[in-house]
Amino acid sequence: MNRAMTLFFYLIVAVFLLAPVLVVIGVSVNEKQSLNFPPEGFSLSWYWQIFDDPEWRAALFNSLMLATTSALVAVSIALPLSWFLWRRYAPWANIFRLLGVAPFILPPVITALGFLTFWATTGAYGEPWTAVISHGVFFVTLPLVTITLGFTSIDGSLIEAASTMGASERTIFRTVVLPLILPYLISGYAFTFVLSLNEYIVAYMTVGFTMETLPIKIFNALRYGYTPTMASVSVLFVAVAALVFGLIARFGDLPKLLGNLSGEDR
Amino acid sequence: MMQERPKGLKDYSPLFYPAIMLIIFFVIPFGTMIAVSFFQREVGGFYTVDFVTSNYERFLSLFFGKVLGFSLMLAVLVSIACVAIAFPFTYLLSRCSRQVQIVWLVAILSILSLSEVIIGFSWSTLFSRTAGITNILVSLGFMEKAQSLYPSFGAVLTAMIYQALPYTILVLYPSLVRFDTSFLEAAKTMGASPVRAFLNVLVPVQRNTIMATLIMVFVFALGSYLLPQILGRPQHWTLSVLITDQAIYQSNMPFAAAMAVFLVLMSLALVGLTLLIGRKEGAAS
Repeated sequence: MNRAMTLFFYLIVAVFLLAPVLVVIGVSVNEKQSLNFPPEGFSLSWYWQIFDDPEWRAALFNSLMLATTSALVAVSIALPLSWFLWRRYAPWANIFRLLGVAPFILPPVITALGFLTFWATTGAYGEPWTAVISHGVFFVTLPLVTITLGFTSIDGSLIEAASTMGASERTIFRTVVLPLILPYLISGYAFTFVLSLNEYIVAYMTVGFTMETLPIKIFNALRYGYTPTMASVSVLFVAVAALVFGLIARFGDLPKLLGNLSGEDR
Repeated sequence: MMQERPKGLKDYSPLFYPAIMLIIFFVIPFGTMIAVSFFQREVGGFYTVDFVTSNYERFLSLFFGKVLGFSLMLAVLVSIACVAIAFPFTYLLSRCSRQVQIVWLVAILSILSLSEVIIGFSWSTLFSRTAGITNILVSLGFMEKAQSLYPSFGAVLTAMIYQALPYTILVLYPSLVRFDTSFLEAAKTMGASPVRAFLNVLVPVQRNTIMATLIMVFVFALGSYLLPQILGRPQHWTLSVLITDQAIYQSNMPFAAAMAVFLVLMSLALVGLTLLIGRKEGAAS
């Protein structure tokens, strides 16, 4: 009875979570340019369209550029910060941890508007690199959390041993710490990459009028009606996210990254 | 751990770059926004430097009151619905084998990371006349004719629950996975049914977690900026939508900034409340 109930509950949640995705997959393979479900005919041409149509291709390229570079910015801020907070005793410096987490907890519109007023005031409004920095700072939370988790799981005696043997801070970091936290570093990068790829409001408020990322392009297209390419791009996004998180789960410890610190196999 | 006090400037050096980045690109933009909220609107441009409180005085209008009231009501509904679904779900998930957990977590993360644009588009498709769920109901014979289910309040609410549910699950996951099952074992030994044990033991024990999660999801739902716009009518617009609209389409940045400052204060107060609840919980255990 308990088991049946569990399965039933799972099924309902799964249907709710998957229904929109399934319908979008369905409409993305319509043969004609119409919004129909169940699909009429079968065609993968709308997927080809993402790479063939110059506008969609440009948006795809912009999004990929933005996601790869802004994730780099986020990790470059998070790594030294979490290293310092872990290695040194300086309680006041925790204010920077708070600053790193704040954009993620506050409603995104606020951070987006902050960037809009800032870039408008400094005169750089609309430059593509402003979006890179904005996304990098906006998502710094993710690598900060994963890398901090990586540091706390390092056995302190390793560092002490290296230190006693006369290794400098720099050497300890390069030869002992970095290899141990590398999986967490990569996870942090990957999380940021996926979220930056999907992010709309910050990108829109910084470069919305000069550069189209995929989410901006979808939204603009949505306002003028329906094109099946929106559906195929959406499916592509779900696939990329599932692939990235699947890889993290395959090569890393996903439950631990999400706060399951028990570590044992139930 | 062997944390050492930083001695010289050299020990502080790893902090320089992150601190500079966060101050220049987070603290200063934030300050700029607060400053702009006191500036004068310039039609056709961004703003002119000034010190006026007129942007804040507009909060006293009936229109703003309605938007605020609606935003709060919507966020309350979303957070209650999400916690009501996610709490039993996450509990069941935390009792599962690691493999099952991983599959669900990958799916949940994938949906959580989806752009609000894509969620809005997907649900508008699902609620549409030609490709929506009503077609299924028609083919099953429950309905005469397929119809469009949006724009409507129900559509906005459903999509926002969809958006916030993965977040709710991931907020609950750490505390439920760590939960000591011996309480439930005891209840079971005493002859309580699983449902009874869940309601009479687990829910009261996790009361603080539930309260904190409700507030976290409430703040998350307040941030939804596109779904009410795509799936609702103008009367279903929330504060976040209004801020975007004023900043971008009405190019009234000072008023948008004033509303954003208001939203920050409200969110911070609520996040502060969750921290307080967390501290109480820490003191109790």
